[in-house]
Order: sequence, then C-alpha cells, then structure tokens
Amino acid sequence: MVQPQRSHELVVMDGHDMARVLTRVAHEILERNKGCQNVALVGIRTGGIYLAQRLQGLIRHIEQTDVCLGELDITLYRDDLAIRKNQPVLKKTDIPFDIANRNVVLVDDVLFTGRTIRAAMDGLADLGRPSEIQLAVLVDRGHRQLPIRANYVGKNVPTSEDDTIRVFLEELGERDRVSRFTNRKTPS
Amino acid sequence: MSFQRKDLLGLGSLTSEEIAFILKAAEPFKEISGREIKKVPALRGKTVVNLFFEPSTRTRTSFELAAKRLSADVVNMSPSSSSVAKGETLLDTARNIESMKADMIVIRHSSAGAAEILARQVRLSVINAGDGWHEHPTQALLDLMTIQENKGHVRDLRVAIVGDIAHSRVARSNMHALTKMGAKVRVAGPPTMMPPYLHRFGVEVYYHLDEALADVDVIIVLRLQLERQGSSLFPSIREYARLYGLTAARVKRAARDVLIMHPGPVNRGIEIAHDVADSEAAVILDQVSNGVAVRMGLMYLLAQRRES
Repeated sequence: MVQPQRSHELVVMDGHDMARVLTRVAHEILERNKGCQNVALVGIRTGGIYLAQRLQGLIRHIEQTDVCLGELDITLYRDDLAIRKNQPVLKKTDIPFDIANRNVVLVDDVLFTGRTIRAAMDGLADLGRPSEIQLAVLVDRGHRQLPIRANYVGKNVPTSEDDTIRVFLEELGERDRVSRFTNRKTPS
Repeated sequence: MSFQRKDLLGLGSLTSEEIAFILKAAEPFKEISGREIKKVPALRGKTVVNLFFEPSTRTRTSFELAAKRLSADVVNMSPSSSSVAKGETLLDTARNIESMKADMIVIRHSSAGAAEILARQVRLSVINAGDGWHEHPTQALLDLMTIQENKGHVRDLRVAIVGDIAHSRVARSNMHALTKMGAKVRVAGPPTMMPPYLHRFGVEVYYHLDEALADVDVIIVLRLQLERQGSSLFPSIREYARLYGLTAARVKRAARDVLIMHPGPVNRGIEIAHDVADSEAAVILDQVSNGVAVRMGLMYLLAQRRES
C-alpha cells in the first residue's frame, strides 16, 4: 500500500509484546470455549492467516491438540467491489473442515471499520452454520462503521482516522511489530 | 498487472501475460463450485445476457452457471424466440439489451467477427462464446487450465490438435493460446481440413495421425462436424474414423502420461474410440468443470474493470 506522505514510524507493539499478547489471546480462547474440542480458527487473508497459524501453535503448546485451521478470502464478499480503484486480487478460500456446529474464531490483524469482518461473516455463512462466530484481532484501532465488536483484542490502539496501522510479520519477511503512521494531508 | 479490457473477443489479441493473469484469477473460483452453497455475491445486481445464435448446451449452461454462481441475473436469448426471427439486426438487438441496462453480453454467432462488431458498438462487456470459424476463447482458456492442473505447466509441452483444423474455432483459439504460452503445437488431419494460414501460428502440420502422436504430452481431439458430411471434405465417416480416429493403439504412441482432451460433444466411435474417451488419460469432464471456473473468473475480471 503506497501512502502519499508518511511521517515517522511509531512502534506500538514490538515482537515481544506481540508474542505475549498472542499467548494471552490463546488462553482467552481456551477459557471462553472451555477447551478446544469444538474450536476452529479461520484466518482472514492475508495477515490473519499467519496470526491464526501462530494461535494454533500456541494452543497446541497449551492443550497438546491441533485445532482446525482455515483460510478465508473475503474479496468476493466486499461491499466496495464496485467502487474500488484497483482490482483486488482474489486468492483461495481454504477451509478443509465442516464449520457446521463449531465455534469458529475469525482471526484478523487490524479491526478498523468492521467491513472486512462483515464480509467474512457473510462468507462463513455460505460455507455452513457455525454454532458461534467469535472474533480475535491483534489490534483494535476504533472508527467502526458497523456494529461489530471483537471477543479477543490484542491491544486497543487509539488512532485518528487518517492514521495507518500496519502489522509487520516475520512470515512476510519483516521484523514482528505493529506500527502507527500519522499521515499528513498532502497540501494541494 | 491487471486485466483492463472491456471484452474478451479472442486470444489472438491477448498477450501471454494477460492469458496467464486470467488463468490465475480463475483458479480460486474452482473451490466455490465444490461448496454446499455454490454462490458468492461478487456480481450481485449485474445482468448478463446470453445471446446464442447457434445451438449450444454445454457452453450456454456453463456461462449461465458461472454468472449465477457469482449472483448475477442471467437472461437467455435465442433467435428462434426473439425479434431476430422478425428480422431485427444483431446491432439493434444488442442496443436494446444495452438500453435495458444489462452489464455483459455473451454471444455465440455463426459469423466470424460478430462479437467484435458488437463490442465496438456497445459500452457493455462482450464475451465471445464462439464466432464462426474464428475463435472460442473461453474453451481454450479452460483447456489451458486443465493442462496446467494436470501437467503443472504449459511451456515446452508437445500438444497435438487432431481433426478439422480449418473449420474449428476451438483449434484456432487453442493454437493462439498454446503457442503464446510456449507449448510446441502440432496439428493433424486430412489435407482438406487444413487451413492455408498455419505457418503464421508456427505449428507443425501432419497428415498422418500416427506420426503426429509420437511422444506428445497432450492430445486435443476435435469434434468431427458431421453436418459437413457430403461437403467433399472427407469421403465417409468410416474412412475418417479409420484414418483419424483416436484409438487405444494410437494412444500408445504418445507419452505414457498423455492427457486426452475433447471440447465436446463427443462423437464416440468416430473421432475418439469409446474406451479412449473413458480411459484414465481422458480429462474431458475435468475440462467441463474448469469451464465454469474460467468463466466465473473472466466475468469477475470484466465486471471489475474501471471505466476511465
């Protein structure tokens, strides 16, 4: 994503913070669902799938069980397909298990307007009827445009609407961190 | 890279990058047809008109399913039940469809260039579903997808196209697509069914099927258009079947893991023997499944196009 003008990077969460936060979220998921028998993690492309993989690893460490893991591409469910400037690239949805009667935990990196989550819930509904859909996010930056709330939040980061929050992940060749960039309006 | 064309009229005018892009874009759509609920809302509110001036079951159904699985509304028009029977011109029909605010026309017509004439005159997207002997681009795209899936790549594969090359839009689109993607293409058939322009495609021409099949990785068998019987292209169906029919004995000349494809409808026992059509190597039904995915991907791309 190209930002026209970007001020200095402000790290709001470093690699250690991220690891601790994910461990806590893994415990919270287990607590809320009373174990992991019925839990399935579904990561939302692209950032969410790596976080879901990490959560699966952490849960394996705690409970010695592998929970089901899936990947969801929400491109076809977006409500802005007709107004976006560039063609969004569609990737595969890969959910290799039946989501019916499971507690599906959607995993995403940043919760912002809530529109991605709305699309993801529509996408899940087309695949089956989970008994519950829960939401885990690494960062909640506010500014919701829909009545959506996360069940598990890594960190609440207050932002202004023009700010950019970026999650950098090792899986994508970066040093683990979450950063806030304050964008100044380009003078016209 | 992105695909910014308004229409898909043929593969002759596309670059190899564009062809690869469409194929890549189409891949995720395969999974949707395997779901319990085979529908995504991507083209909700869009209208697709199927305008078929020639009989077709497979292609029309495939386009219709593709559009419906993307949540578009589909209208099927055939000339016998429309104003075309009353003498309306093709362009007038298309302009009327445009006035009703449709978004896409899928057209099959017996005249080469019909799709292009339409595309120049209307603002909505036009997909060529076969125009005369000219092109049938979505068929070649689904063939490429099937080859890629089974072989992992297209480049450097030896592909034989067998049958009536001159009168086959499937052959033309495939020759464009396969050569652009780097395959080594051979065509085989009776001399009366070879068009004069083959040198421009850079394909090898064979008149004996046995020679053409030596070590090939893919065989695309074309349908013998039985309606051409008596047009002096070939003496008899029996003779054609003996000289150019794909039999199990002939398949042995090809590579051991050869892929056998056919665009359908199959004339069993004529261009392809029963046991060959039903053999492990035949992926004719995979082609049909991939057809829906390719058409979904294509419609999705065309609908995403920004008017500049």
